[in-house]
This record gives sequence, C-alpha cells and structure tokens, in this order.
Amino acid sequence: MSQTIFEYSTAGRKGVSLPKREIDTHLDSLIPKELQREKIARLPEVSEMDVMRHYIALSHKNHFIEKGLYPLGSCTMKYNPKVHETLVRHTCFANLHPYQPEATLQGALELLYELQSDLAEISGMAKVTLQPVAGAQGEFTGIKIIAAYHKAKGNTHKTKIIIPDSAHGTNPATCALVGYDVVELKSKSDGRCDLAKLRELVDENTAGFMLTNPNTLGLFENQIEEIAEIMHAVDGLMYMDGANLNALLGIVQPGKIGFDVMHFNLHKTFATPHGGGGPGCGPVGVVEKLIPYLPVPMIDKNDHGYYLDYKHEATSIGKVHTFYGNFAIMVRAYIYIKMLGAKGLRRVSENAIMNANYLMKRLQPEYHIEHTEFCMHEFVMDGTKQKKEQGISTIDIAKRLLDKGFHAPTIYFPLIIPEAMMVEPTETESLDSMDAFAEAMIEIAKECRENPELLHDAPLCTPVRRVDDVRAVKVLEPIYPIKD
Amino acid sequence: MPYISNTDRDRQKILSVIGVQKFEDLISSIPAKLRLDKPLNLDEPLSELEITNKIKAQTCQNICAGSANAFLGAGVYDHFIPAAVDTIVSRPEFFTAYTPYQAEVSQGTLQFIYEYQTMICELTGMEIANASLYDGASAVAEAILMAVRKNKLMKAILPATLHPEFVKVIKVYTEGIGVELLTAPEKDGRIDLKALEAMLDDTIGSVVVQNPNFYGNLEAVSELDAIIHAKPKCLLIACVDPISLGIINPPAGYNADIVVGEGQALGNSMYMGGPLFGFFATKLDNARQMPGRIVGATLDKDGNKAYALTLQAREQHIRRNKATSNICSNQSLCTLAATVYMCLMGREGLKEVATQSAQKAHYAAVELCKIPGISLAYPQAPFFKEFVINTPKPASQLIKLMLPRIIYPGVDMAAFGKPNALLIAVTEKKSKADIDALVKAMQEVVK
Repeated sequence: MSQTIFEYSTAGRKGVSLPKREIDTHLDSLIPKELQREKIARLPEVSEMDVMRHYIALSHKNHFIEKGLYPLGSCTMKYNPKVHETLVRHTCFANLHPYQPEATLQGALELLYELQSDLAEISGMAKVTLQPVAGAQGEFTGIKIIAAYHKAKGNTHKTKIIIPDSAHGTNPATCALVGYDVVELKSKSDGRCDLAKLRELVDENTAGFMLTNPNTLGLFENQIEEIAEIMHAVDGLMYMDGANLNALLGIVQPGKIGFDVMHFNLHKTFATPHGGGGPGCGPVGVVEKLIPYLPVPMIDKNDHGYYLDYKHEATSIGKVHTFYGNFAIMVRAYIYIKMLGAKGLRRVSENAIMNANYLMKRLQPEYHIEHTEFCMHEFVMDGTKQKKEQGISTIDIAKRLLDKGFHAPTIYFPLIIPEAMMVEPTETESLDSMDAFAEAMIEIAKECRENPELLHDAPLCTPVRRVDDVRAVKVLEPIYPIKD
Repeated sequence: MPYISNTDRDRQKILSVIGVQKFEDLISSIPAKLRLDKPLNLDEPLSELEITNKIKAQTCQNICAGSANAFLGAGVYDHFIPAAVDTIVSRPEFFTAYTPYQAEVSQGTLQFIYEYQTMICELTGMEIANASLYDGASAVAEAILMAVRKNKLMKAILPATLHPEFVKVIKVYTEGIGVELLTAPEKDGRIDLKALEAMLDDTIGSVVVQNPNFYGNLEAVSELDAIIHAKPKCLLIACVDPISLGIINPPAGYNADIVVGEGQALGNSMYMGGPLFGFFATKLDNARQMPGRIVGATLDKDGNKAYALTLQAREQHIRRNKATSNICSNQSLCTLAATVYMCLMGREGLKEVATQSAQKAHYAAVELCKIPGISLAYPQAPFFKEFVINTPKPASQLIKLMLPRIIYPGVDMAAFGKPNALLIAVTEKKSKADIDALVKAMQEVVK
C-alpha cells in the first residue's frame, strides 16, 4: 500500500524518450576520467504509466482544498482559482530566463511593477519589494531592513526586538538569525498586548516590535497607535507580520496606523496555492524612510520601459534570493487582485470575518473559548473542557475530525492557550460547508461524552491510522534503502 | 463576487445567527479613526475572460527564452521536461494541500518527499536530505550556518568562482550572527589551490566549493578535498548542479560534508528565476543540526508503514529563537516536479541528459572558438555544460546585435567584472542546428 517508487523499479524499463545523439563525442575526450561518476545513480527504472499510477495513488492520500474544508488558523486555506494555473502555464511566463535582455521581459516586468503598486496601495505602505519567497523570508527581509536603518543612523546600541508571547515561531527565529535578542511580551487577559508591561520593556536598546495584527487569537490590536507611539519615542520600528492580512483588506491599511514595515503572504491572503508546503511568496512593504534599504533589484520604469533597478544598492540590505523572487506565484496573486478589485477585496475580508464569527457562535456551546468577543477572520477555541471532563486531548479531537472528512484546525497554537484549536474558515467557504463542519465538531463533543475510546483510537477512516511520530525520531529513517 | 460563496441572503442569516445587525458591528474593536474611509485605489475588477486577454497581451510583450534560440544558464537552465511532470504537479491533491502536519491525511505529500530525499541522497552520495530550502543561494548560506553550529568556527571561505548572486545572498544571511566571509582567489577559472591552502588555518569553519563553478568549470575536487580536510574541523560544502551528477563524480566521492545546490533544472520551468528550490544533504550524524523540514518513515498505530515529519524539535515552531533556521516552508511542489522528473529519467535518462548536454556544449565551444577573436576564457579548465568565451567586442553589443535574430547568445559577464566575455550554457534541448545558428550569427556580429 505504501510501496515506494523504488520498489516498482525493473532493470531496463524507461519512462522517457530522449532525442538521439547528434554529436556523439566520447565523454572521456571531454571530461577527465577522474572527474566522472563511476557508479550510476540508482534512480528508479519505471515506465511513464508506473510513475503516473504511483503518484496519482499517493495524491489520493492527501487532504486538499477541493476535497473539503481546511480550517487551519493563520494559514488561510482559501480556494485557489484555477484560472491562475491556466494562465501561469499557458503563456510565455514559464520559459522566461532571468538573464534575458530587459527589452524581452517587458510584459513580465510590467506585471511585477503593477503588483508592487497594488500591494503598496492595499497595505498603505510607500513601496513594496516582491523578492522574499516566503513569509519567514519576508520577516527576515523586514528585520534586516530595520537593522540597516539603525546602522545607518548610528543606533549601534539597539540590540533587542520585542515580540508578544502569542507570536508565530518564525518571528523569534528570524530575529535570532538577524542577530537580535528576543524579549517576550506577555499578553494581558483580554488577549492583547499589555501596554504597561511593554513600557517596562522598552528602552533605548529596543530596535523594534514585531506584531501580528489581528493577532493569533483573531483579535485586532486596538491600541496599536499607543504601541507605535511608545516604540517611535525610542526610535524603535514597528514590524507587522502580515499572516492575518485576510482580515484587513480594504478595512485597515497597516502602513497608515503606525506600522513601518510588514510582509504579505501571497499564498494566504492572495489565494496562491500552498503547494503542500511551498513555494510561497512573502513581499515586504515599507514606509518612506525605509525605502533605501529594500533589497535589489526593485522594478521601476522610465521613458524606455520597465527595468530592474539597482540604483540604491549601496544602502540596500542586498539580496535574499538568487534572482527576483517567486515570479510564478506573483503572477497568480496579480490575477487575483485584478479580478477582485477594491470592492472584491473588501468583500473577502468581510466574509472571512463573518464566517469566523458564525462558526465561533455555533461552537461556543460545546467548546471552551477563552476570548468570546467578536473575532476577526479566525478564533481560538480549546479542548480544556473535554480534557478536564473526559480526559480527551485536542490531538484526539483533531484526529477524529479527519475521520469526518475535514482537516483539523491549527492545534496547540497559540502557545498561550492550553489545548488550543485555532479555526479560520476563510471567505470561500459556504454556509453549508460551515454548517457541516460545525455539526461534525458538535458530534465529536458528543462522542467525547459518550464514547471517549473512539477519540483515543481516531482516526479510523484515513489512509493510515494514527502515525507514530515519536518513532520517526527515535528510529530515524530519512531515506529508502535502495537495492542495486 | 468571484470565489465568495455567501449570497446576500446567506450574509443576512450569518449576521442574525451571530446576533448583529450589520457587518460593521463585528469590527467594533477597530477604532473608527484607524479604518479606511474610502475604497482602495485599485483597477476596476476584471472577469475571467478579461484577465485572460490582459495576461495574453502582457505575455506578448515578452520574447521568452523558450521560443528564442537561447544559451542562457548561470543557475537557471532550460532542460527538457516530460509532459507527465506537469500532469502530476497540476493535481489539486498536491498543489492545494497544506504542509503535511496532519500526517494521516498527508501521506501523499510525505511519501513523495521521502522519495525525493532518497533520490537526492542517491545523486550526491549523502545519507540524509531535507525537504528543500528556498533556492541554491540560501541553501549554501544555511550550510555555512550549520557548519558554524557544528564546529563553532566563525569563518567561512567562499571561492571567487562561486555564483556572484549566491555570494550576495550568503552575505545577507550570515552577517547577522557574525560569520566572517573570506574569498579564495581564482586561477584560470578555478579555485587557486595554493592560495586556498595558504588561507586555511584552524579558525576556518567551512569552505564552499561550487562544482561545476559559476563559469561552468569543473574544480579540482580531489586536491580540494585533501587541502580542506587537512584541517580536521573544517567542513567542505559542495554546491552542485544536480543534472551534472548524471555523469560527474558525486560529492561523497570527494568527501563533501554538506551538499547543496539549485534544483530547478530537475523538472521545473524557469519562470524568470522563481520558484527555485535548494536541496540540502549531509551525513547522518549532522541530522540534528540541519535546517528545514525532514520526512522520516515510521509506523502507524496498526504497525503499517507510514511517513511523518521528523526531528521537528530543530524547527522554529517548536524551538523558536533557538531553532536551527527561521525557515518554515519548503519548496514542496518544486520538489514534486523534481521527484517525478527523476523517476521518468531513471538511471540511464539522467546520464543521457548530462552526456548530451556536455557533448553539445563542447561542440559549441569548439565551433565558436574557430571564429577569429573568440577564444575560451579558461582553456585549461574542464567544463560540463557551460563555458566562458572572450569576445572581441563588449558582450552587451553582441547580445544587442543578436536580438533581431531572436538569439540569446549567453549571459553578459560585464555585471560580474568581465565586460568582454559571455557565459554560454548548452543543454540537451539545443539541436546541432541551433548551435550552428548561434555560431553563424556570432561570425556576423563580431565583425
């Protein structure tokens, strides 16, 4: 059932036909023998049909958006329009080389220029770089920009970045990579930043503050202006993790409410596919005073057309990607923005917020919810009630949900909520599918009371039963032992 | 409104279940003065047909390398991609899935990554590979950072023969934690072995060897192995073209400690240089210091074979600021293309692709060098599928003159300090006629 492709291998079988050799010089006359490979790489020897059957069979073992609701909080698993896929493939985009003459790239560069401008408008930022290829790399770019700003100003004493305890793990990991000390800010009981504590932590050595808004509890940080004031008073910069931007389109422009730099996740907010873990795309927007530090190249235009702009290389942080970022992902996001326009994007956020509040309302009778005020695009419920009353953990509830044809919510995050289940339905889910999910969750709550063993045994109907990930660490098997 | 399922009636029902009158009641936590008081200034929305026409018009302004007679490489290569690759990669089951954190409903993704890791190890001779990083450049940077974690030595040597764009990215990635980057000079298009030997001391933590290097030349890897490993703590980081491994000595053969590289050439279209993917492989005893996701085989509750993400305690979502890297994603879909590509090619196919690329590149080099004024920049150095020629005029002029013929003769080396030189890449996709057309055009434009 879980046979690997290597086990289908049959000596001499071929999966491809290559052109005959037009120039058949002997390899030894071209490349010294001692630099050549002695033993052939033992790739599988399979037919095209073997390959198709194997990977189609594997595909059947995945949950994916077209199969059912994917309520992963902070991941924004919305529907990915298929016109994106058709257009990105059926055009000249796929075969563009990054070192082609600029004159032959004008259509592509125009698209990137417009996307830079549209993202700047959506975020209220002065300028946007498209180069970072993932949210975490966007964070890295943004924090490098903060470091470059302080360096240029001679702020050598600034050594720390403050991050709330509800933050994504990439935030502290990114700060460490840039060389900053991370200081954690505890959240107050309403789930938002504690300003009194923040004032205690902020001093002349503070380089910046990293905040997700709405935060990972799905709450808008409504004291954002005061926070920005505290930070700016010590010349600290405000970074916004844009993972939750799906709540703010056409409602709030982060660049206009106190943030100095932010990243976007095109694979969340702008409906580009998650791809089973990537590739994503993590553009970064900045306010006016940080423009000199953006990565090179930017896309600009003059009388002759569009061009790759390296003018500010001396002040720039440099490059984070070999070329210009994940172009194929940018094309998809561009199509999305052009199809929705201002009104459509606002509707996206409105429906995302309504859907999340609807589910919260429906699930509140069965599951404990620490913060019950209206949420933005996601909310956090938890399994503490089931844990206390029936000894059932959130992981059990999540696995049982898989049996019912849904993906699980994001679990055990944010870390400040015990037994957390973070739910984000997104705007693309219909009332019917949300009702079906709510009913499944309510049924699970009932099963917890009536048949707790079922929960411990779950999942029962998935392609494999509960996977032993402890063994995966103890008996490390990262590769298949290929036979000759 | 496209892609939003709720009708106005649904919205009314939702609001009434929640118990509010209007949408604005739900966002009362956002202070009014922070809210946008007018619509975003964006273009009017387009229908699917309209955006299709717009994109088609935009792409018509490009002349893509795929339809030109192009000899462009320098990190991104136009190798043949069998149709079955895109058929698999286009499956929503793969491309709309999330990261495989819920293993029971992600076995498809987890298993192909396990197979990918296996194939990368088979090509490179390593024992463990991760599920991929962003690109070749960041993979080299992550390798240097891993070397620092392992031997605590804060200096790394980059050769002058390493891709200059990689060097820029490596600098940005390593300066924050204080890695000192030194440059080993080049001699005749390869690493200057004597100079490298003189630079090496017990404070050097790692040396990067790109093979084939930026110029396409094959480095003297046996000598490099001996020189670098004469310092017992120093790690050899090999950065390789995976296609070359069809015929070129795998890095394990010269005792590389970490092997990385740009993987795009394995079944991924060029897309103006993104997405790419970086592969990362090493020896098993470095497993706990590796960056990025790793899949391992394990068992399910019933004792059946299953796959899961493993060694997650290294990663940012667990270890936060003590993580081995800040990376969260991998370039999963690109590695799926690579996996399917490697399966279809098989043992003989990859070897054949590498062989034909080398044969055609050498043919092109010989024919071009028959033109007066043109010569190989590094006649002493063996090369794989890419080489540098000296040109009698600035390369930028030659490129411009060839534009009307829709020939892209190579990468202008002016940006890399060599104004009268072209870096020319030849893959198996080029026919003899394509190469002859390049040679003929070159004869005309150098006059």
